[in-house]
Amino acid sequence: MSTEVLEPAGPSKGTITLVHLYPREMSIYGDRGNTHALASRIRRHGYTAEVVLHDPGDDFRHDAHLFMGGGGQDSGQARVEADLGAVGPTLQAMARDGVPMLVICGMYQLFGNSFHTVTGQVLPGLGILDVTTRGNDRRMIGPVCLETEYGRVVGYENHSGSTVLGEGQQPFGRVLSGHGNNGEDGLEGARTLNVIGTYLHGPLLPANPMVSDALIAVAAERATGRPFEPEPMSDPLADEARERQVRRLIGHR
Amino acid sequence: MLRTAAAVVAGKTARALARRRGGGSAFPGLVAERIQPRILRRSLSCVRGGIVVVSGTNGKTTTTKMLVAVLRAHGRSVFTNPTGSNFTRGVLSEMLPQLPLSGRLVSDMVVVELDEAHAMRFIDEVPPTHALLLNVARDQLDRFAEIDHTAALLARLGAASTEGVVANADDPFIARAADAVDVPVRWFGLDASIADRLPELTEHDARFDDEPVTRQYGPGDARLRPVDERVFDIVFDDVTVGPVTLRQRGLAAMINATAATTTARMLLGEAFDAATAATALAAVQPPFGRGEVIIVDGQPLELVLVKNPAGFGVALSTYGTTPVATMIAINDNDADGRDVSWLYDVSFASLRERGVAVTSGMRAYDMALRLHYDDVHTGQVVPDLDTALDAFTAGHPDEPKRIFCTYTAMMALRRTLAARHGLAQFGEDGPQ
Ligand SMILES: [Zn+2]
Repeated sequence: MSTEVLEPAGPSKGTITLVHLYPREMSIYGDRGNTHALASRIRRHGYTAEVVLHDPGDDFRHDAHLFMGGGGQDSGQARVEADLGAVGPTLQAMARDGVPMLVICGMYQLFGNSFHTVTGQVLPGLGILDVTTRGNDRRMIGPVCLETEYGRVVGYENHSGSTVLGEGQQPFGRVLSGHGNNGEDGLEGARTLNVIGTYLHGPLLPANPMVSDALIAVAAERATGRPFEPEPMSDPLADEARERQVRRLIGHR
Repeated sequence: MLRTAAAVVAGKTARALARRRGGGSAFPGLVAERIQPRILRRSLSCVRGGIVVVSGTNGKTTTTKMLVAVLRAHGRSVFTNPTGSNFTRGVLSEMLPQLPLSGRLVSDMVVVELDEAHAMRFIDEVPPTHALLLNVARDQLDRFAEIDHTAALLARLGAASTEGVVANADDPFIARAADAVDVPVRWFGLDASIADRLPELTEHDARFDDEPVTRQYGPGDARLRPVDERVFDIVFDDVTVGPVTLRQRGLAAMINATAATTTARMLLGEAFDAATAATALAAVQPPFGRGEVIIVDGQPLELVLVKNPAGFGVALSTYGTTPVATMIAINDNDADGRDVSWLYDVSFASLRERGVAVTSGMRAYDMALRLHYDDVHTGQVVPDLDTALDAFTAGHPDEPKRIFCTYTAMMALRRTLAARHGLAQFGEDGPQ
């Protein structure tokens, strides 16, 4: 485990503890950029960011306010299995209690009910999100644009698992361009309370700061007991990067 | 026999036509292969001095050039594929003009650089005598989804080699693959005195559970021992090659030279001469896009190709210390890799002090955003490459300049530079 404390430029409104789950095993395709983006934005909103890198076997931070988990290779998933089994019940309870979490790709799959491999094996998941994933021969790769409750979101998907939502499970967004969960039902990701699961790398948060703010708002409230006190902020680079991708992928719709 | 002759003729014709039209380099090979599917195997059947496949994620082109130079300096005739065309049909296309109608290449040795996937196709046709395994890093190109997969392909290449393997002792994926082969293995790596510089050469994020093994270096194994930033020795147990000064800068080029020299010695045996090798290495020109320098309005402008986190990291640490004006051009076409997520696996902190003058390319704003998260200031964001190049050169007339760029951005910039500054014509190098 390693912990880094990043102070805001002015007086701190409180400390938000952000845990990145398995940064070595489960962080491919720039997933660490999401943690980077969250930490930097927490500071810019005037809060102290305590960034905890949680490795397998580390003491689990039961007092954390925000979680982030990324994608991994099969070998990476195998390395975190035991630890995830141990901390799973705590994560489930925290998710039910409303702790915000962003889980991407491999970790999204592990947060679901189960994963069915091509060879017929069934691997149980944490069941925090009511989704089921099946291994595929076909890889779903490419840029993605979604319509979400946070606005239009852009990213890049790269997964062979095909995910289906359970009855009543909300998606993260509707696919405007790209494959999404399974390439068929036009849905992408899943959201339950403040837990967002998605296939979008990119990484997701730098180009879509409104998603960061939605997660930080809940975390700030949990951390301080007061409503989120955001700083006014403009994101010209992120807005331009995102809007250009939206125009490339779906035109001016 | 007739069929081979027909294939050779058809391939030569296709190549002449393709060249006249300025076309790609895979087509003639395809034509020849259609007529004689075994043409590659047949053409290499009389090569006696060794068939070497150079593979790995980073440094193939540089290492191949160096190895060929050292072998030729020892008087060997060597066939090699053109810089960067690391696919099987490119090998064949290049070979066609040299093939007699018998279809059998007259050459002492063959040294080809192939990416991992094409190396598999090559070994299905022709078992190499030797493999040089450089490193495994994640490539941003979407072809290889997983680093483990890449490592497995290189292990297969090593296992298919009939006489020997040369392997990077400091890369745990490569070391594991080479430890498993039945043929003799020669190792190359960093001298213990500079072991702390290993992170400059490897991708840190994939290297967690591998404790660095201190490998016993034996006869024929070589270590890189730098004298200073430009000068180094390649140290064998019985002989030292050097001091060598390369035309290309940086630790990555030095380790490539060490790899090439280790391989040359394995191939040449008693005929290997240290002084000949050192002289040959010093004369090797940097390949396309690896620190190529163009003089623009009296000031050097350097084009540096970036294609994955490890490579970009190495490029930044190689060049980061000299104060120059910097531009970064990121495209996301197929040949660049369509996913720009990898930019978040690179640290840009070394650019913080001077900032970046211009970001450009299709993902100019994403690049500026990435720099912003590392507190690196971007002067201008100009997606159009030509406009960006003008703004960059006009804004920094009296300084040396450097442009880090992805493959298609580099091709476009080079074309513009050629038109405006009389740059020599360039070949059909592929991304690698
Ligand atoms: Zn993924």
